[in-house]
Amino acid sequence: MKSIAELQALREKARANMQVREGSHDGTRVVVGMATCGIAAGARPVLNAFADEVAKRQLKQVAVVQTGCIGMCQFEPIVEVLVPGKEKVTYGKVTPEKVARIVADHLVNGNPVVEYTVANLMK
Amino acid sequence: MYRSHVLVCGGTGCTSSNSQAIIEALEKEIAANDLTKEVQVVRTGCFGLCALGPIMIVYPEGCFYSCVKVEDIPEIVSEHLLKGRIVTRLLYDETVEGDGVKALNETDFYKKQVRVALRNCGVINPESMDEYIANDGYQALAKCLTEYTPEQVIQIVTDSGLRGRGGGGFPTGRKWALTAPNKADQKYVVCNADEGDPGAFMDRSVLEGDPHCLIEAMAIAGYAIGATKGYVYVRAEYPIAVRRLQIAIDAAREAGLLGKDIFGTGFEFDLEIRLGAGAFVCGEETALMTSIEGNRGEPRPRPPYPAVKGLYGKPTVENNVETFANIPQIILRGADWFASMGTEKSKGTKVFALGGKIKHTGLVEIPMGTTLREIIEEIGGGIPNGKKFKAAQTGGPSGGCIPADLIDTPVDYDNLIAIGCMMGSGGLIVMDEDTCMVDMAKFFLEFTVDESCGKCTPCRVGTKRLLEKLEKITEGKGTLQDIDELEQLCYYIKENSLCGLGQTAPNPVLSTLRFFRDEYIAHVVDKKCPAGVCKSLMHYEIIADKCKGCTACARKCPVGAISGAVKEPHVIDTEKCIKCGVCMETCKFGAIVKQ
Repeated sequence: MKSIAELQALREKARANMQVREGSHDGTRVVVGMATCGIAAGARPVLNAFADEVAKRQLKQVAVVQTGCIGMCQFEPIVEVLVPGKEKVTYGKVTPEKVARIVADHLVNGNPVVEYTVANLMK
Repeated sequence: MYRSHVLVCGGTGCTSSNSQAIIEALEKEIAANDLTKEVQVVRTGCFGLCALGPIMIVYPEGCFYSCVKVEDIPEIVSEHLLKGRIVTRLLYDETVEGDGVKALNETDFYKKQVRVALRNCGVINPESMDEYIANDGYQALAKCLTEYTPEQVIQIVTDSGLRGRGGGGFPTGRKWALTAPNKADQKYVVCNADEGDPGAFMDRSVLEGDPHCLIEAMAIAGYAIGATKGYVYVRAEYPIAVRRLQIAIDAAREAGLLGKDIFGTGFEFDLEIRLGAGAFVCGEETALMTSIEGNRGEPRPRPPYPAVKGLYGKPTVENNVETFANIPQIILRGADWFASMGTEKSKGTKVFALGGKIKHTGLVEIPMGTTLREIIEEIGGGIPNGKKFKAAQTGGPSGGCIPADLIDTPVDYDNLIAIGCMMGSGGLIVMDEDTCMVDMAKFFLEFTVDESCGKCTPCRVGTKRLLEKLEKITEGKGTLQDIDELEQLCYYIKENSLCGLGQTAPNPVLSTLRFFRDEYIAHVVDKKCPAGVCKSLMHYEIIADKCKGCTACARKCPVGAISGAVKEPHVIDTEKCIKCGVCMETCKFGAIVKQ
């Protein structure tokens, strides 16, 4: 370690990797349906895409967690985004490609991606 | 990037209850489910709740699984890690609230704890320097080297009010200030990790759970006093601690956090481990230095103090592991922050190892001044099996006991000394009504007799004579004069021994004499052991009226001491009886009593 800057750079990088262990109880939650139906429809890559994206952007307080079957199996993979004080938003048929936009628009800027929501898919 | 982290305790406690096999099973099962890239398994240090080991925490949910077995692993992986369904039957019951999971720091065991020295234990992977750095590791060293002069560092430590956590309670800042001005071609920083008190394991937990913290603190001490070389003296009985510390030292050296020109400031510091061979006396600072020098571990007279002539005759600062573990946080968060915790003369927090008759055996860190009642009843979960609290022993063989009527004493250095106890390294052994205090004093004396190094006569011969007197009393052969002589001898040994071992060895006797003299008197006058522990002073008897003559006891008795015809009352031959108590456990009618 030849300089303090080197230490700080290492700290930032290491922190991103450790973020999963923080903020699991308060704050924003991204809940991915990971029952048999969800997994069959491809929920695992979606879950991992969320985990990657949230870590990459260092969104502290955002916890990416799993849940069981919500009951609307035809719309799996289903992802719920819970922001404290806001109404729950449920996305359906999520793919890893859609994840980046949900994170950027919804989690970072606070604008739910209406066209990906289950409500929109049911129309 | 891993979406889930599974933290498994790899401290000595959980390793003994098979956490290594659990980690292996977990890794195998995760691979079988193709989750290797999604789930990271982290072996951490001690979580503190050793009674419920092996312990596992799964993030991001923060689920706290306790008493995990290898057979549970497939379920945890397929249900929780794959499908996100929490395995509720394995959750620590205190964390279950309705349908949800309560945060761990809301439970009784963790609620009142303030973790400073144990901050990273059970939180990071001790074998990963990156995880330590992520939690502000080496920031304090960087701050010292770039923002403070050595004098300022010492001033901060002095202002914080930190006192030595190894037992003596000497102000750390003053120790550093006494060493810094002494001129020499070489000075040393020594870490005392020769944790010898029976029942204390906080130093081991820091070494196992957060070894980089110790390295950082020792480097800071080196900067403050002008030393470039440090030694960690750790007992060889702590293999996991030694291994992790060595890994940490190697990693720090590799990264340039030890060695020459640290952070490009020109500061140089390096560390080496020295293994102790398991002698209790080597926890005494001068004996420890003698042992590092390669000689037989015996204390040397003071003065000269180590600050002037320590290791290899050079000025030396020696601190305990827990003391060092506080240093980086004091530097980062300031002396005022640290001094805001605790009592007037005892600042900060203290780690206690809870053991004995208590529900939550384990490691807790609490602000100084927390009462013994809070520690035992709230954090420790109370005494199991509905028994009554009798006393707590602090300070191991050098300390004393706190009786039940002083349970509301706020625990700090001065309060404990005022009642003839001492903080010691922080072992806290809880005793219930079934403990005989004379027998307890005898146990600790057996330990000190074994561990006395033999250099000075008061300790070598005196402790032996003390033990003989205690044996005489517990065998029912003592007289009141023995109690008086016992007390006199205690004071003689205290005043005349060379080092801390001898000076404190009589403490368990003095303290039990002070609070439980009636028990000593019962042993010598009534020839009875009130707690029913001392075998020579009791016998088993069959109450003829209650005995149905079922012969169960006679069949179980290992020495054939019970005789009698079927359906007739039996009798115990007290000559043959070895007082094992099997008959009493066997009897369904409560016909056998211990007297």
